[in-house]
Amino acid sequence: MTRVVSASRNLRARTGTTGLVYLALVIVLVVGALFVALRGGNLFTAANTVDLFTRSSLLGFLAIGQTLVILCRSLDLSVGYVTALSTMVAAITMAGDPSRIVLGIGATLGLAALIGLVNGLVITRLRVNPFIATLGMGLIIKGYLDTRFQGPGGSIPAEFQTFGLSRVGVLPVSTLVMLALAVAVILFLRRTRTGFHMYAVGGDAEVARLSGIRPELPVIIAHVLCSMTAGVAGLLLASRFGTGNTLVYGNGYELEAIAAVVLGGTYLLGGRGGVAGTVAGVFILATLDTVFNTLSVDPFVKDVLRGAIVIAAVAIYARGQHARTAVRLRFPSGGAPPPATVPPDPPTSPPEAEPAARGGTR
Amino acid sequence: MTEPTTARVRFPTALRGGTGTVSVLLVLIFVVIATQNPSFFEGPPLMAFAKKAAPLVVLAIGQYLVIVSGEFDLSVGSLVGAQVVIAARLIDGDEAMTYPVIGLMLLFGLLVGLVNGLVTTLLRVPSIITTLGTMLILFGAVRYWTGGAPTGALSEGFRVFGRHGPDGVPVLGQIPWALVIAALLTVGAILLMRSPYGRSLMATGDNDTAAAFSGVRVWRVRTLAFVGSSLMATVAAILIGGFAGVTAQVGEGLEFTAITAVVLGGVVLGGGRGTVVAAVLGALTVEALFTLFNQLYLPSTIQPTAQGLIIIAAVAYVSRRGDPRPPTRPRRRPDPPNERQLDSSRR
Amino acid sequence: MRASRVLLAGAAGLTLVLSACTTDAPENPDEGTAGGENGGEMSPDAEWFDQAEFGTQMAQRDIEPEGPADEPWTQAIEPEWVDTSDFAIDDPQDAHVCFSNASVSNPWRVTGFITMEQQVEALVDEGRIGSFDSSDAADDDNQQISDIQAFVDSGNCDAIIISPSTTATLTPAVETACESGVPVVVFDRGVNSDCMVTFIHPIGGYAYGADAADFLVESLEPGSTVLALRILPGVDVLEHRWAAAQEVFADSELEVLGFEFTEGDGAQIKDLVSQHLQRGEVNGIWMDAGDGAVAGLEAFEDAGQPYPVIAGEDELSFMRKWDEEGLTAIAPVYSNFQWRTPVIAAGMILAGEEVPAEWVLPQDPIREDELDDYLDRNSDMPSLHYAKFGGEDLPGFPEAWVDR
Repeated sequence: MTRVVSASRNLRARTGTTGLVYLALVIVLVVGALFVALRGGNLFTAANTVDLFTRSSLLGFLAIGQTLVILCRSLDLSVGYVTALSTMVAAITMAGDPSRIVLGIGATLGLAALIGLVNGLVITRLRVNPFIATLGMGLIIKGYLDTRFQGPGGSIPAEFQTFGLSRVGVLPVSTLVMLALAVAVILFLRRTRTGFHMYAVGGDAEVARLSGIRPELPVIIAHVLCSMTAGVAGLLLASRFGTGNTLVYGNGYELEAIAAVVLGGTYLLGGRGGVAGTVAGVFILATLDTVFNTLSVDPFVKDVLRGAIVIAAVAIYARGQHARTAVRLRFPSGGAPPPATVPPDPPTSPPEAEPAARGGTR
Repeated sequence: MTEPTTARVRFPTALRGGTGTVSVLLVLIFVVIATQNPSFFEGPPLMAFAKKAAPLVVLAIGQYLVIVSGEFDLSVGSLVGAQVVIAARLIDGDEAMTYPVIGLMLLFGLLVGLVNGLVTTLLRVPSIITTLGTMLILFGAVRYWTGGAPTGALSEGFRVFGRHGPDGVPVLGQIPWALVIAALLTVGAILLMRSPYGRSLMATGDNDTAAAFSGVRVWRVRTLAFVGSSLMATVAAILIGGFAGVTAQVGEGLEFTAITAVVLGGVVLGGGRGTVVAAVLGALTVEALFTLFNQLYLPSTIQPTAQGLIIIAAVAYVSRRGDPRPPTRPRRRPDPPNERQLDSSRR
Repeated sequence: MRASRVLLAGAAGLTLVLSACTTDAPENPDEGTAGGENGGEMSPDAEWFDQAEFGTQMAQRDIEPEGPADEPWTQAIEPEWVDTSDFAIDDPQDAHVCFSNASVSNPWRVTGFITMEQQVEALVDEGRIGSFDSSDAADDDNQQISDIQAFVDSGNCDAIIISPSTTATLTPAVETACESGVPVVVFDRGVNSDCMVTFIHPIGGYAYGADAADFLVESLEPGSTVLALRILPGVDVLEHRWAAAQEVFADSELEVLGFEFTEGDGAQIKDLVSQHLQRGEVNGIWMDAGDGAVAGLEAFEDAGQPYPVIAGEDELSFMRKWDEEGLTAIAPVYSNFQWRTPVIAAGMILAGEEVPAEWVLPQDPIREDELDDYLDRNSDMPSLHYAKFGGEDLPGFPEAWVDR
C-alpha cells in the first residue's frame, strides 16, 4: 500500500508536463490566430470555434482511451477498427427506430468492451506484445467488416443524431460529452485504487507487483475502457453520418490518437502523464486542422506540418521532462524510486509462474 | 548486470525461442501450399515467390536493426513510397540517370535515417513519434513535390534489380537479382551482428544502462541502426519499384508488415533479443502466408482476419516458450533520462 | 481471475444478445434482383445491384447527349432543366464559391482537381465567379462533414460544391448545406437526397463495369478465363462497376476465376496475377479501375505468357502500354472532365440560368480506333494522367497538368 501513497505524492510530479502542454496549446492558438489575421481573417469567429470543437471531440474520445492504455505501458492499434465496427453495430441495431437507441448504445459499448477484454487478456495472459496483439485484433476486425458488410449500412434515428450534430452555443454536444468523460477519467485516475494501479503498473510492473498490485488487472481494465471510448467514437461518427460506415478504419485514427496522447505529455513508456494533458494535445491538433483549413493549406503540406509540429513539441517536452527527472534523481524524495530511474528491463526478470502466484496470494 | 547481457549477445536463448517456431510455421505453410499446388516448388514459381518476398526481407532486416536496439521505425513504408516517386521523377525514363539517381536515393535514405536517429537519441523523442512524424512528412512532402501523384518513369536499368535476373539457370529458370541482393544483405547483416557494432547494438537494446556503463555510446549505436533501417528501405524501394513500377500507392502500410515480420520471427519488441535469420524467416513467413491465402482461394476480404489470428497465435506461442519477461514490459525500453545520467557519470 | 471471468461471462452474454440483434436486423435487398443463375459468385450482390438503375445506365450509353459535342463537360443526357432564378445574385463577379473535396488521394482525383482549378481561373477571367476556396477531407467522412459545416457557418460562400467521400454518410451534411439557403452542387459520388440544385455525374458505375465486361465477352472465346482485379470493397461507385460486370459475365460463357482486392498497389497486382498464372491460363483481365494495370500486364511478360484481353482505364500509363504492345484492350472511362462541370454549374446558377436537376455527363470508353488520337493529344502528359481530362482549352494548358 505504500506504493499507493507514494503514487499520490508523486502525482503532481507526474502530471507536471500538463502545464507545458497547455502553454503549447496557447502558443499554437496565438500563432495560428496571427497567421489567420495576416491573411485578413479571424480564427476566433463563432464558425471557426465550432469547427475547432467539433474536430476535437472524435479524436478526444479516442485519445482519452488511448491515454489509459499508454499509462499502463501498453498500446492499442485496434481503435480505428473498433470505431468502424461500432458505427455498423450502432446503425444496424438502432435500425432507424428511436426506441432501440438504448439497445444500440448498449450493444455497441458491450461489443467494444468485449474486444477490449480480449485485447487485455491476450496481452496479459497470452503475453503477446500489445503492438502485435492489437494490430492483429485490428486485422481480424477488418476482415470481418470487409466480409460481412459491403460499405455503409444501417440507420441512425434522428433523435440520436443530435449527439453528433447539435450544439449548445458554440459547444457541440459531442464536445461536452467528451469533456465530461475526460473529467470522469481524471477522477477515476486520481481517486480510485485502479487508477493508482494504472500509474503504478505503467511506472514499473515489477515494483507494482511487489507492492501487492496484480499487474494484469489494470492493464485489462485499461484496454476495456480504451475499446469502449473507441465505441463511443463510433457512436459519435454514426450519429454524424446517420448510418454506419466500415471504411472509417482507413482514416488512421489510432496513430492520430497516439500522437495526441504523446503531444499531451503522457510518457509513451507508461506511468506518467494524464488525461488533462491529452485533452490539450487533442485541442492542439484540432487547432492546427482548423488553422490549416482557414488558410486553405495544401493537403500535402498539412501532413508535413503536422509531422514536424508533433516531433518538435514532443522534443520540447522531452527536454522539460529530462530536466525534472535529473533533479529528482539527485534529490530522491524517498519511497519507491520514480519510474524513470528504474531500468525498464532488468535483464533478470523472475519467471512467469512465480509472480502470478505471489500476486494471487496477497 | 553485464553478465547476462554478454551471455545474451551470443543469442542462444533467442535461437531456441523465436527462430524455431517461425521455421516450423514457415515449413508448415509451405507444406500446405505444396498440397494445394505441387508445381509451386518446381523452380520458376519459387523464384517468383523469392522475387516478391525479397523487398520485405530487406525491410525486415532494417527493421530488425532498429527493433533489436529497442526502438521502432514506422517511417519505412512512407520512405519506400517516397524513394520510388523520387526515382521516377528524377530518372524520367532516362537510362543515363539510373545510377546517379540510385546514389542520390541512398544519400536521401542516409539523411532520413540520420534525422530519425538523432531526433530519437539526442532530442529524446520516442521513436514511435519521431518515425510517425517522418512518415507524415515524407508522405506529404513527396506528394506536394509531385503535385499529388507520381510523375515521370523509371528506366529499364533501374527496374532490372527488382524484375530481372540471370536467365537460363537449370531447374530454376531465372535467379532474380532481388533474391541475390536480399541474400547478400542477409549475410551482411548476420556478419554485422557478430561484429563489435552488432554486440553493442544488442547490448543497447537489452539494457541501455548496462551498455552505457560498459562504454557503449548508446546514441551513436541507435542512430546507426536507424540509418541502417532507412538504407534498407531504400534498397527495398529499388526492388519494389523495379518489381512493379510506379503506382500512387506504393509502399503504403509496409511499416506494419515489416514489424509484423520481425516480431513473427521471435524478435522481441523492446530490444535485445532475436536474430537476423529469425527476422528474415519472419518476412518469408508473412509473404508465404499471403501466397497461401491466395493458393487456398481464400476470399480477399477474410485474409486480414486469418493474418491477424495467425500472428497473434504465433507470437503468443513464442512468448510462452522462449521469453520469460513479464507481459507489460517488453514493448519498448529506451529511457532517455537514464542515458543522459549515465553519460555524465561516465565522463 | 475472478473479475475477468465475470467479465467474460457478461461479454459472452452480450455477444449472444448482439448476434441476435444483428441477425434480425433487416438488410432487405430492395427488390427481387435474382441476377444470373449460374453459380453463386456470379450473381451480383443484392446490396449493390439495382436492376432499374442498371437498366437506365445501359440505355443512357446509347442516348445522344444534349449540348455541343466538342465540349462533353457541358453536355447532358436527357436533362430535366430546373429554374435557378431564386439563386441569382447581382454581382456574380464577386461571388465566392466554396468546394468541399473528399480528397486528392489518387491520380484520378489529382488530375480532376487541377482541371477544376484551371476552370475556376477561366470563369474568374470571364467574371462569372469571383473567388474560389477549397477544403480537403483526406478521405475522412467525418472531416468532410466538419468542412461542409465550416463553410455553412462561415456564411462567406455564395455557392457550395461538394464531392462527397461516401454517399450514405455525407447525406446529412449535404442536407444541412442545402438548408442554409446557399445553392449546393454535388458531383462524382452522390448523396441520398435531392436537395441540391444539381447533381453532376457521368453515366455511372454500372455503365463502366458493363463496358469493360461487354468488351471481354465480345473479344474472348467462350470458355476463356477472366480474372477480376478490384481496388477495395465498400465504395459504391466501385461496387456498382463490379455488380454490373457480374451481371454481364453471368450471361456469358466466360469463366470468372475470381476477384482480388489490390488497393491499386502495383506490387500486389503483379504478385496476385503471377500466382494466378502459375495455376493456369488467364485470358482476360477485368479491372474496376486502371491503377496498376501495367503491373498486371508485366506479370504476363515475366511469366512468358501471351497478353490477356484487358479492360483498364483511360490512365495514360495503361494506354501507352496498350499502344506499344498492340494489346486487345479497352479503356472504360469514368469521365474525368466532370471536374469542370460543377464550377460551370455554380456560375450558371449564380447567374440564374437553368441547369439540369441531374446532370448526366456522357461516358464513352476509349476503343482501339480512338487510341492514337488520345495518345497524341496527351503526348506531353505524365503517365498517371487521364486521357479524357478535357482541359485542352483551359488557361494554363498544358503546363498546369504537366508540371503539377
